Amino acid sequence: MESINTLLDQDHSTRRLLKDKLVLAGIILFSLLTVSPIVLIISKLLVKGYRQISLDFIIKNTPDTYEAITAVANGEIIPGGIANGIVGTFLMVVLASALAIPIGVLTGIYLYENQGKRMSNLTRSVSDILQGVPSIVLGLISYLWIVKHVTMGYSALAGSISMSIMMLPMIVRSTEETLKMIPQTLKEAALALGVPYHKVILRVLIPTGFSGLLTGILLGISRILGETAPLLLTALGSSMINLDMTKPSSAIPLLIWEFYNDPNMVDLIWSSSLLLMAIVLILNIVSKQIIANRR
Amino acid sequence: MNSDKITKSVLFSVSILILMLAAGMVYSLVGGAIPAFKAFGLNFIISGEWDPSEGRENYGALPFIVGTLLTSFAALIISLPLSFSTSLFLGEYYKETKVARIIGLLVDLLAGIPSIVYGLWGFYVLRPFLIDLGFGGQGFGIFTASLILAIMIIPYATSLSNEIIRMVPNDLKEAAYSLGATRLEVISSVIIPNARSGIVAGYILAFGRALGETMAVTMLIGNTNIVPTGFFQTGNTMASVIANQFGEADGLKLSSLIAIALLLFVITGVVNALGKMIIKKFS
Repeated sequence: MESINTLLDQDHSTRRLLKDKLVLAGIILFSLLTVSPIVLIISKLLVKGYRQISLDFIIKNTPDTYEAITAVANGEIIPGGIANGIVGTFLMVVLASALAIPIGVLTGIYLYENQGKRMSNLTRSVSDILQGVPSIVLGLISYLWIVKHVTMGYSALAGSISMSIMMLPMIVRSTEETLKMIPQTLKEAALALGVPYHKVILRVLIPTGFSGLLTGILLGISRILGETAPLLLTALGSSMINLDMTKPSSAIPLLIWEFYNDPNMVDLIWSSSLLLMAIVLILNIVSKQIIANRR
Repeated sequence: MNSDKITKSVLFSVSILILMLAAGMVYSLVGGAIPAFKAFGLNFIISGEWDPSEGRENYGALPFIVGTLLTSFAALIISLPLSFSTSLFLGEYYKETKVARIIGLLVDLLAGIPSIVYGLWGFYVLRPFLIDLGFGGQGFGIFTASLILAIMIIPYATSLSNEIIRMVPNDLKEAAYSLGATRLEVISSVIIPNARSGIVAGYILAFGRALGETMAVTMLIGNTNIVPTGFFQTGNTMASVIANQFGEADGLKLSSLIAIALLLFVITGVVNALGKMIIKKFS
């Protein structure tokens, strides 16, 4: 009788151990499956897009349809590049950052300095809600505010505004989180020496937390770089380089959308996406590296 | 002393600016949506007809509300086994190893891919693949859109649950091990019960992300303005109808699109607030 029991017990533990191993195998398999899209996507972009990448691709404007048709008909690669998109994206991102970074950092400092107060809790919640607003809704807002009332037409400025609203809550959050990690004693030492409050912020808080702030900013920029939907409602697109922010402007993601919709230009989607991905991934990796170095 | 006061009031007024920004957004959306709600009333939400033809214009948002909820739920369910496995991989099994660091980096990079690139990949790689598998037709529809959305929200769901799983105290786990529990039993009887609400919050936030995705969905869902009746049918979502129909919109149509944006704003706001509330309770 006893021997049967031990036998059953053994059987039971084998089953438990087997189940344990099976689940682990499943988890490894699913984890690999999870990260497979990034490998597949990047390799697809590389394979399809590398031939188009050249100096011309970065310094020339988008070709017109006729040029594209002739090139495709002759079996050549499509001439021209996406300089108009690169310049447009650059200008809009710079303006969006110039608006979002100071406001975001100052709000983050305010939240850090007023922990637990009702006003700062409200601001924090509102900023969190803003972070969850879909980008297309922000584009529509910017259309209603800027396109309709300020620039009286589609404009790079409107694109910038929608981008900066998108970036703002990210910077608020990362600033507050960074400052929370700075030892309180540093700030107290400065205050004890009679340093005025604004100098404590500029000379102690911001320099000490600089790498954290920079990480938040880089992640914010990498997020708005690839946004397409809000730009469809605001910046619209342009086939020329346009430095006037009150006029429509192109952007790299907008060009990808245009190429995708134009059967003659469709070959250009891969190289443009490759370039966009390269910028976004470099920003991501650099900011991850900064985080890793701080630890 | 005086300069301190100035600094404080600068900080205060800048944060007021954020509140004003949010209030202004609500004001503009509500103001823009009023004509549509005046014209259609409650029908705007429950009518399934979207008809822009001159003279008998009728705009009902139901197809898009259904399409949005359907794709987002499906994406959540598809992503669940993948992201949950990955968060166990990162937060428990291979915690603090080199492999976990690489996988973690790749998952983070997944979050960095722009929506439009996902759309292209879905259109040129995933869609033909689904057609080959025999999912009939052109490969467009709710299912294809959900699949790409699932990949897009994986990093959001994974990163939070991974953090929470990692935070489960070691002595609890060790107590279970000392009683002879296998790793799987530790996970199911110690880690999951302890991390449950945090994990749920992560999935709610990921769901909120899925609700507002535009480009990738637009490129794959088929953009038909009718209430979808099946999972493999084409449809449309709130975000993608705005992107699609905005170009030629004015008057009542524009107001209807703004009203859809307002609904989307409210839905994502509620979903996100719910997620944050659970996180706050948890920590």
